[in-house]
Amino acid sequence: MWNFPLVPPTASKEGEAISLLYWTITTIAIVFGTIVLLGAIYLAVRYRASNNAVDRSNATDSDLRIELAWTLIPLVIAMVMFGWAAKLYADIYAPREGYYEVFVIGKQWMWHCQHPNGARENNMLTLPAGRLVKVSLISQDVIHAFSIPAFRVKRDAVPGRYNAMYFTPTKPGVYHLFCTEYCGTKHAEMIGKVVVLPENEFQKWLEKNAPGATAAAATAATTGSAAAPATGGTLTLAQQGEQVFKALGCNACHLNPNSPVKVPDLTKTWGDTIKLTDGRVVKGDEAYIRESILNPAAKIREGYQNLMPPYQGQVSEEQLVQLIAYIKSLAGASNGGK
Amino acid sequence: MATTTYTGGQKQNYLNWKTTLASWLFTLDHKRIAILYLVSISIFFLLGGLAAGVVRAELATPKGDLLTSDVYNKMFSAHGIIMIFLFLIPSIPAVFGNFLLPLMIGARDVAFPRLNLLSWYVFMAGAACILIAILRGGIDTGWTFYTPYSSSFAKGEVSLAIVGIFLTGFSSIFTGINFLVTIHKMRAPGMTWFRLPLFVWAMYATSLIQVLGTPVVAITLLLVAVERTFRIGIFDPSLGGDPILFQHLFWFYSHPAVYIMILPAMGVISEVISAFSKRRVFGYHFVAFSSLAIAIIGFLVWGHHMYTSGQSMYAGIVFSFLTWIVAIPSAIKTFNWMATIWKGRVHWDTPMLYALGFMGLFVIGGLTGLHLAALATNVHLTDTYFVVAHFHYVMVGGAIMGYLAALHFWWPKMTGRMYPEGWGKLAALLVFVGFNLTFFPQFLLGYMGMPRRYHSYPEEWAVLNLLSTAGSTVLGLGYLLPVIYLTWSLKYGTVVTERNPWGARGLEWELVDTPPDPHNFERTPIVTRPAYDYNHPEEPTGFVPKPRPVVVGGKDG
Ligand code: HEC
Ligand code: HEM
Ligand SMILES: [Cu+2]
Ligand SMILES: [Cu+2]
Repeated sequence: MWNFPLVPPTASKEGEAISLLYWTITTIAIVFGTIVLLGAIYLAVRYRASNNAVDRSNATDSDLRIELAWTLIPLVIAMVMFGWAAKLYADIYAPREGYYEVFVIGKQWMWHCQHPNGARENNMLTLPAGRLVKVSLISQDVIHAFSIPAFRVKRDAVPGRYNAMYFTPTKPGVYHLFCTEYCGTKHAEMIGKVVVLPENEFQKWLEKNAPGATAAAATAATTGSAAAPATGGTLTLAQQGEQVFKALGCNACHLNPNSPVKVPDLTKTWGDTIKLTDGRVVKGDEAYIRESILNPAAKIREGYQNLMPPYQGQVSEEQLVQLIAYIKSLAGASNGGK
Repeated sequence: MATTTYTGGQKQNYLNWKTTLASWLFTLDHKRIAILYLVSISIFFLLGGLAAGVVRAELATPKGDLLTSDVYNKMFSAHGIIMIFLFLIPSIPAVFGNFLLPLMIGARDVAFPRLNLLSWYVFMAGAACILIAILRGGIDTGWTFYTPYSSSFAKGEVSLAIVGIFLTGFSSIFTGINFLVTIHKMRAPGMTWFRLPLFVWAMYATSLIQVLGTPVVAITLLLVAVERTFRIGIFDPSLGGDPILFQHLFWFYSHPAVYIMILPAMGVISEVISAFSKRRVFGYHFVAFSSLAIAIIGFLVWGHHMYTSGQSMYAGIVFSFLTWIVAIPSAIKTFNWMATIWKGRVHWDTPMLYALGFMGLFVIGGLTGLHLAALATNVHLTDTYFVVAHFHYVMVGGAIMGYLAALHFWWPKMTGRMYPEGWGKLAALLVFVGFNLTFFPQFLLGYMGMPRRYHSYPEEWAVLNLLSTAGSTVLGLGYLLPVIYLTWSLKYGTVVTERNPWGARGLEWELVDTPPDPHNFERTPIVTRPAYDYNHPEEPTGFVPKPRPVVVGGKDG
């Protein structure tokens, strides 16, 4: 059993680019480190007090040209590295198009993952090789971080807000998944596996895991405990959202021609540019929908009144993810992005 | 080059002048206050080290079998909190800053001696709160106290520990204010800004950070305690707060705080390298201003601890840009130190060994800071052992090496005794080897993705972790040796009565007795030459004028 790796596997397109950057910075570090380390020792030996055979004449103690040289050369290198790294950062964090989206909910001490077709996994994430993946993250309690070293990506799962990251798995295989933000007692046990499958196998996996027999009500109930096995939903994520929408009575007002109050048209919410009563303009994204449900008073669409009850404490993070998927689907946004 | 001339009968000095316990506990003498700090933080260092030993023992094997998860989490929290707030932040400023600042600028004391004593009492009160919190079951928030974990989930005496940190913060502010005013107002005639030793410049920059930054963290942590106690939503989103806001406020102080730990050490290294190369520090102005640059730019980079947190991507890009910039002044200092050794007369005594060790380790720590400054690599490395290795290279490899260099360099001045040189060299070597063995493997582990603050880890990382634990025992031994031989030397070390056993430059060596007189200088000296004036070996940096000139500051106790 000789298992003694010194570098992590590299299994995503972005990861390859980040590795190259890593090794470039490492090379620069080794060059400068060696100059200073060996240089200082060499000088200290050569100019040791007992050595009178060296030339100590013209020992100046300031020289503007030298100072400028060792200020500006590192500065130029620094700027190049900064720009390169910023570009790769944008690749994994800036919004991109044409992705396969999974929702991940972190909670003490497990990861709960939901696929667009309704398949769900705990402490496991199954992904297709060769496709751009978007992971949308949120936490139900404290801050966690979703880290996949083989892909060189991670992102914090923060309570109350959605964070996203993008990457493209390339090599089928099984990789480590860690929580890297300290989250209490069992932080070190909040780990799992990321399984990358070739596209055709992934499709089979999806089919096998999507059609379950559990009732939607079960999905709409609270999330399972850490020990609960991953269950397949009956319906796609958006369909599950529709169930929740009905179960919570949203349709008493929304999408209801006989609504007692004047409500915005939810089929237009996703992706819309929304003017608020206080004059601000926001985008109809996950964060907006989430806040509109939990705390409607915070942002009121122009022309409407604060007549929606707040659902804070009545919807789980999981249901919120489903509701968002549903409202997204109303706007015709496919599950693979817009 | 150690020298020893014992001249029988003892002169009056700040140690033997009065010897009652009360004369120590109520002293207003900056030198005695320095000793009070030295004794207290040495104890805290041992406590923090003990906790670290327990953590490394658990990590010797992959399974979390030695401690329960809770105890493990409490141990690394205790380690971080004690080492940072009770040892590193006060270390060089409170001990050597207090002892040396007035001596180096030709003053009889700091500007506010009573405030100085108060700062020690406030520090001890804070330390007591922290230690009581740890003894009464401990806290498991880590030294970073991230919300909402710390404010709504963590059990234990979190609020008490926070009150403790609040108090130590105020002690640090008092020291900072004191030093700023002292440097501005109490320099001896002729001691112009550009004649100041670089240690004083470094202390000036450090004090600025302490005064401007510490109030922010003090209030922030207090808000955590308020949220815990009264459930007012500040940081917890389920109460309507914002957890990222905490991180902004926390790092707004805690990034600059890392410079509170390293700038004084850089000041020490400038002094030591110059004294043991017998040469003026190369590029004096550049070294002096790089300290200020670090202090100022250091306030603008806090967001580099939050690249993955969900702060805006553009904010991340600006923070990264500034972080790359702030690395440059450190590089400038390092190159100037090398140029100081060039054409010098290098004496390989223990302080110089620590200074060389500092350069080696600090450079590795600083250069790996670049991997973390870079946005994309940071995403992979943040919250892994890479970060742990990085900051131990700068804080333990840098700041503590600087502290040990200072301790050995000024030991004869402070105590009137010489430490045993052979043991000193052996300990320096052990520290250097043990340190690298402990922390270098952590870079490799971090790149492979091993998360920090993990109680157990996958099998394949067993070898590197074992290596790290083995190294930590060597390192521990390396730290234990000075504790033993320095204590021993107080009684048995060779007596030093000469003012300047190292043949160094600076008022504290040339004009102050060993150990110093309670009043430092017979009369206020007049400074006539720049710092590190080794080109004129026979002429002192300053002189004490015969006629009675201005007497600066009052003094008693
Ligand atoms: C009592 C009627 C009522 C119910 C029940 C109700 N809403 Fe609303 N909803 C409103 C009104 C009125 C607004 C417009 C004012 C505002 O933004 O709060 C609104 C706004 C919204 C918006 C913002 C739409 C936009 O384009 O600005 C969303 C999203 C939303 N509701 C979702 C829901 C969901 C999901 C539920 C069920 C959990 C729900 N609502 C239940 C009345 C209701
Ligand atoms: C020389 C330039 C330096 C650069 C470019 C640099 C950069 C960084 C960056 C980007 C991080 C964030 C890592 C992360 O959590 O993702 C970091 C962490 C840290 N650095 Fe540095 N650093 C430098 C020097 C120092 C110095 C001098 C010290 C202290 C003496 C220090 C102490 C720390 C500490 C304590 C942390 C981690 C805090 C924590 O998360 O617990 N760094 N550094
Ligand atoms: Cu965690
Ligand atoms: Cu920082």
